[in-house]
Amino acid sequence: MSTLELHGVHAGYGKAQVLHDVSLRVGDGSITTLLGANGAGKTTTLRAVSGLVRFTGQILLDGRQVPAAPDAVARLGVAHVPQGRGTIGRLSVDDNLHAGALLRRDRAQVRADLRRLRELFPVLAERARSQAAGLSGGEQQMLAIARALMGRPSLLLLDEPSLGLAPLVTKEVFVLLPRLRDEWALTVLVVEQNADLALRVADHAVVLESGRVALAGTAAEIAGHDEIRRAYLGN
Amino acid sequence: MNLVQQILDGLSSGSVYATLALALVLVHQSTGIVNFAQGQMAVISTYVAWTLYDAGVPVWAAIVAAIAGSLVAGALAERLLIRRFEKGEPLAAIVVTVGLLISINGVVSLIWGTVLKQFPSAFPRGGVGSGNGGTIGFGTLGTIAVLLVVVLALGWLFRHTRLGLAFRAVAANPESSALLGLPVGRLLMLGWGLAAAVGALAGCLVAPKLYLAPEMMDSVLTYALAAAVLGGLNSAIGTVLAAWFIGVVENLAGTYISFVGGDMKIAVPLVLMILILLFKPEGVFGHKEVRRV
Repeated sequence: MSTLELHGVHAGYGKAQVLHDVSLRVGDGSITTLLGANGAGKTTTLRAVSGLVRFTGQILLDGRQVPAAPDAVARLGVAHVPQGRGTIGRLSVDDNLHAGALLRRDRAQVRADLRRLRELFPVLAERARSQAAGLSGGEQQMLAIARALMGRPSLLLLDEPSLGLAPLVTKEVFVLLPRLRDEWALTVLVVEQNADLALRVADHAVVLESGRVALAGTAAEIAGHDEIRRAYLGN
Repeated sequence: MNLVQQILDGLSSGSVYATLALALVLVHQSTGIVNFAQGQMAVISTYVAWTLYDAGVPVWAAIVAAIAGSLVAGALAERLLIRRFEKGEPLAAIVVTVGLLISINGVVSLIWGTVLKQFPSAFPRGGVGSGNGGTIGFGTLGTIAVLLVVVLALGWLFRHTRLGLAFRAVAANPESSALLGLPVGRLLMLGWGLAAAVGALAGCLVAPKLYLAPEMMDSVLTYALAAAVLGGLNSAIGTVLAAWFIGVVENLAGTYISFVGGDMKIAVPLVLMILILLFKPEGVFGHKEVRRV
């Protein structure tokens, strides 16, 4: 478990500034959801944390500034499941899982983790030797999450896990989050379009609007907020 | 010359093509670039080995030293030059490798001149009988054996080690690999370094047959490219089989088909390459990408 803090973060791509003075806190062991419309800067926030986008301001993990290179951020225990899942299609399901644990030296524990994940997601055991590209969208999302867990992260960043998934599968993924948080000692920051579902499992929520933090509070507060209902829940 | 001898000589030339082709596949697998300078890089490595030998170093030691030096030089070439072009148009990077080919050729001519030099074989003279009074040289057999060792070593590295898995992950998806904590830049450097080392070996294997000259690898590169394309640019075994096939066909066609002869035999792999690109662009042994949309 880790605590993530952003203080006055500005980030963008070339001249296009996406984040303007974003400050937020993701508490130790909590599930926080980052909500907002398309283009509000949700993905950019995650990319700034994991070093894929340059930023100014401060991003602190357990009180310490995160490094600039993505591989160095990952080595600090930050796992980022990107939009589109980032599984390596050309490699087998098993190779993908092992790739997630390449930096670990505790081999016995790696094997134990692999067993646990195969129990949790039996399809990953059934299709161990298939190319990852051949899995369905939901199976790939499970592979992406399992691969992230193989690195034993303390902070899990999930970017729109629902993208391209059937509603039932999406629900399955979200319902799993509190359990993963507890069993794998995680802090979770999940970006989501489907505010309704995300707010049901999250403890806290942050709403971004045009690259600025519009609202932040407990999930219950945000869920009861009229503005949110109007903007994201359609009533 | 009898048929067995012809075939083994073809396999031996094919093994040299295969070694350079494996270097091409290594680079293509890790950075998605076809390195047209691979042969020329091998030439400069071979000159370094020759210089050491000329200064009195035993030939085996000179070759090993040149291979080790090439590992470092190849890694530096990736870091200092190719790195700047990896994220852009692949075509730009390929043009850079062509530029590298021409520059290295110039540097080699400048330092060592264009006079042919004799490069010693690392294998003993003589050979074993092949029946009908012919002999198969130790050089021929040794070249084939060295290639087999290289293929098995690379296969083991890529399939059965953590480093190999890291290589494959970075080659397939650099951004995703970085998010898993893999040091992408250093792995790409190592990929280029390994390719340069394998290329250096190809240069030192072929030099005793051809004489050492700045253009020594030009024809070898042509054959190696044909083999890599036939093999699908992603399969080591496919590349080797393709290179052997090219070596044997070239040798037999040059000897037994009168209009092909010695001058026309370089056309054989080119015709094969065109046919493959026309009818099976993923290569005879390459695997198609599975994609789900």
